[in-house]
Amino acid sequence: MDTKKTVANYCIRIADDHLIQAQRLAELCSYGPILEEDLAMTNISLDCFGQAEFFYDYAVELLADGRTADAIAFRRSERQYTNHLLVEQPNGDFAMTMMRVFLYSAFSKLWFEALVHSNDERLAALAAKALKEAKYHLRHSSEWVIRLGNGTDESLNRCQGALIALWPFTDNLFASNEVDAHLMELGIACDMAQLRGLWDLSVKEVLADANLLFPEKVHMQKGGIDGMHSEHLGHLLCEMQFLQRAYPDAKW
Amino acid sequence: MVAYSKEQIWQWLSEIPDPDIPVISITDLGLVKDVMLQEDEVLITVTPSYSGCPAMQLFSDEIIAKLKLNGIEKARVKTVFSPAWSSDMISEEARQKMKVHGIAPPEKTNEHLHQRFLKTSVNCPWCNSDRTVKKSQFGSTPCKALWYCYSCNQPFEYFKCI
Repeated sequence: MDTKKTVANYCIRIADDHLIQAQRLAELCSYGPILEEDLAMTNISLDCFGQAEFFYDYAVELLADGRTADAIAFRRSERQYTNHLLVEQPNGDFAMTMMRVFLYSAFSKLWFEALVHSNDERLAALAAKALKEAKYHLRHSSEWVIRLGNGTDESLNRCQGALIALWPFTDNLFASNEVDAHLMELGIACDMAQLRGLWDLSVKEVLADANLLFPEKVHMQKGGIDGMHSEHLGHLLCEMQFLQRAYPDAKW
Repeated sequence: MVAYSKEQIWQWLSEIPDPDIPVISITDLGLVKDVMLQEDEVLITVTPSYSGCPAMQLFSDEIIAKLKLNGIEKARVKTVFSPAWSSDMISEEARQKMKVHGIAPPEKTNEHLHQRFLKTSVNCPWCNSDRTVKKSQFGSTPCKALWYCYSCNQPFEYFKCI
């Protein structure tokens, strides 16, 4: 296995997650329930776009196949995206959006914390940078999940509903494939299965504070890193890719 | 051929303002990491502040333009990521300038920073009162949060601490 190419694919996986999360949150620009949250969601979106760009840029350098970061980000087809299923789920109501950001940033914080120790210096540096931002995304979304859970019956019910709806898309966060296996041997990637226990702990703590019940016996969806996605990704890509498909390499 | 020293170049770079907070410069913010005089070019290394900050590209362009203005035709800006930028890298002088501009400077990073529902107190940059409250963790730019002062009844911005 070509290590450079494998590291590039790993970076594209991280970048895809953040690009799709960013695009989802950007959909809420000017539609936030209150001005402060409109700003918050678009700021988190902007951080994620920035993080995605850094990881795509590194992948472009490693691949050196003439493709630009824009070409990778905006001109691949659905099956070529290796993001996790969670980030492509629709925004729904505010409880659903916050729950998704919470479940994902609890995961990305742990992922980056592990990658800070990567033997690949650039990957470790990018993870250290992204970690700082993932931490405040997690804090912000955790606070909202707790607030909504302790609010009215309506906000509690909506929050519980969001948790039940999104839970089936959490198991695949910890899936791994031959990319992980190869890079783990070299000390470049981390063991996703090991993140599972830590994630469960940190998520359960917030859910308990929010009076939310942990879903049990749920059928877990598979896919994501192997290019298999839920029906929502295609629709998201239609909108996100339009400009680059119509005007390839367009510049502002 | 124009004669210039590293110190001279640092001086020129310190004249480039941050587009959102024009009273402070990119060197005040700790975004310029190094100036290297190489055989055929000047290499400036910079580090990004917040990942999505749209000002980063602008900084690179302005660095090149500034050096050109001073007779340096061949200059290149390289982005480095390690060590990751922290608000601790902002100079003391810049913190004072921020206050004058109505922006509360960031506190020093610490372990408790990411505690949920953390009660922090930020002094109002206008009246210095600590009767202030955070309105939103996110503000008009990636680097700022929205605060309000109950003593002088003025909103103000707080430079986020990372």
